[in-house]
Amino acid sequence: MSALRILVPVKRVIDYAVKPRVNKAQTGVETAGVKHSMNPFDELSIEEAVRIRERKSAPGGVEDICVVSAGPPKAQDVLRTAMAMGADRAVHVDVKDGEEGDLEPLAVAKLLRAAVAREGSNLVILGKQSIDDDAAQTGPMLAGLLGWGQATQASAVRFVDGGDAVEVTQEIDGGVATVRAKLPMVITTDLRLNEPRFATLPNIMKAKKKPLVKLSLSDLGVANERRLKVVKVTEPEPRQGGGKVEDVDGLVGKLKELGAL
Amino acid sequence: MFSAARRTALRGAGSLPRPSSVFSHSLGPSALRRLLSSLAVLEQRDGKLNHGSLSAITAAKKLGGTVHGFVAGGNVKPVAEEAAKVEGVEKIIAVDNAAYDKGLPENYAPLLVENIKKGGYTHILVGHTAFGKSLFPRVAALLDSQQISDITAIESENTFVRPIYAGNAIATVESSDPIKVITLRGTAFPAAEVAGGSAAVEDGVDPNVESPTEWVSEDLAKSDRPDLATAGKVVSGGRGLKSKEDFDKIMLPLADTLGAAVGASRAAVDSGYADNSLQVGQTGKVVAPQLYLAVGISGAIQHLAGMKDSKVIAAINKDPEAPIFQVADVGLVGDLFEKVPELTEKLKSA
Repeated sequence: MSALRILVPVKRVIDYAVKPRVNKAQTGVETAGVKHSMNPFDELSIEEAVRIRERKSAPGGVEDICVVSAGPPKAQDVLRTAMAMGADRAVHVDVKDGEEGDLEPLAVAKLLRAAVAREGSNLVILGKQSIDDDAAQTGPMLAGLLGWGQATQASAVRFVDGGDAVEVTQEIDGGVATVRAKLPMVITTDLRLNEPRFATLPNIMKAKKKPLVKLSLSDLGVANERRLKVVKVTEPEPRQGGGKVEDVDGLVGKLKELGAL
Repeated sequence: MFSAARRTALRGAGSLPRPSSVFSHSLGPSALRRLLSSLAVLEQRDGKLNHGSLSAITAAKKLGGTVHGFVAGGNVKPVAEEAAKVEGVEKIIAVDNAAYDKGLPENYAPLLVENIKKGGYTHILVGHTAFGKSLFPRVAALLDSQQISDITAIESENTFVRPIYAGNAIATVESSDPIKVITLRGTAFPAAEVAGGSAAVEDGVDPNVESPTEWVSEDLAKSDRPDLATAGKVVSGGRGLKSKEDFDKIMLPLADTLGAAVGASRAAVDSGYADNSLQVGQTGKVVAPQLYLAVGISGAIQHLAGMKDSKVIAAINKDPEAPIFQVADVGLVGDLFEKVPELTEKLKSA
């Protein structure tokens, strides 16, 4: 089999531990001064790509691991993190913050289709969803646009048949399922796939020297065309805690009173 | 808001779906309603209809307009006949071909696209399940439509409500796509009942596209307990259970006494106390039962995202400051190893 050229798309999102607040104008979530990080599922994607190389699990070897992110200049922070974890190089697609709004998954998928062509990728590993929009669309959309095989919510990736085929175990409702595909293909990662490494200080320093190419949407022939208009964003109905009871009898009594038993 | 009508009218005239003002002013609201048509995609496994997937029909009925159902797989007729009994459904499109049994998106997506084109649907809907999540974005890409994921409410034929940021914000979005591709949250749309209807069952078109991936095997967690996603009661255990043995010893008798499904936090799943498929939260299942009893779960925002729409939330935790108590209707501070068996005993004797 030919060597792997892996493309790993990553997204800069509000850190998973931060509780997001809706802005006053109800147009979105407050992002100024809020800690951002790499989308947790994307860390798993990079980790998996680096492990395939380190563990030599793909018989053809890994020729290239390229990370790509579309967003404001600060998206370069997550690209540097990805390179500190082991990616070889990065592509930053500059998308103005605020003015145009976030790219929708369909636009990202089209952008990635162009990136795949540009980088000659034969395996794309994405997170199963981003924790801001929670859409869970980009991976399958990209596979559809490329006409490639897809395996979503991967919890294990194995190269079989001397590297001619990839077997992916997927988390499905009620258990797991395994599918087999020939490259090229698109895989999306689930939490159980691996445990991402921390970027060490020496690697963070080295990552600063790795190549990072800046592109615009037009370089990739993609427009930020929005199909969904955000009418408003609101806080969810607040839920009031009902207080505590002293003992098990109190618990049973209260549950009966609430009609839950 | 006239785009859906335009598209359908234009398709009827055999031309491309380009926006035009010709039809938009001549159509009253009743004409619009007539032109709106939805396709609800239903899941089946081993020749059995997945009743949870009938929530797509509930959502389609809320849109108004005609409602058709879609099902594909080997020997699919009995499944189609059953789905045809759902009230308000005009037609069930069935494609009998074992190639679709496992719902592989690579051949299922082109299959759907062909049937959507043939039927001229303005809306296609499916549950936001593992099946829907891997299939529908592929369909959306083939239709060049921006999918609307995991909706919890329908405001109009083009305006939908969906949670973002793990349910910490609720977005209302308006779609300008001629075909709305929608996945929906099952707990927000109860499954339609299989009664009172007599839809026609019709063969769909089958483009027979070959899939570059093949299904190899599956391993499903066996359980006699109610299905987590649709159970009326859920008891859920977290890191506080300490081991798989304790999880099974403490949680299972409680679940069986209540007739409840068993859930777990990510911490419990990652520690191996419970199977992955039992995880409740942003990255697991979203549940909204009558009663959600959280045992030894602190209540991280990712977990709350999966259960905070439950009708009644109860919590047992030894930490009085645990965030779960901020959302629980009733909380008990105490050692779960002592309190839960006592609770199980009292429920049994009650």
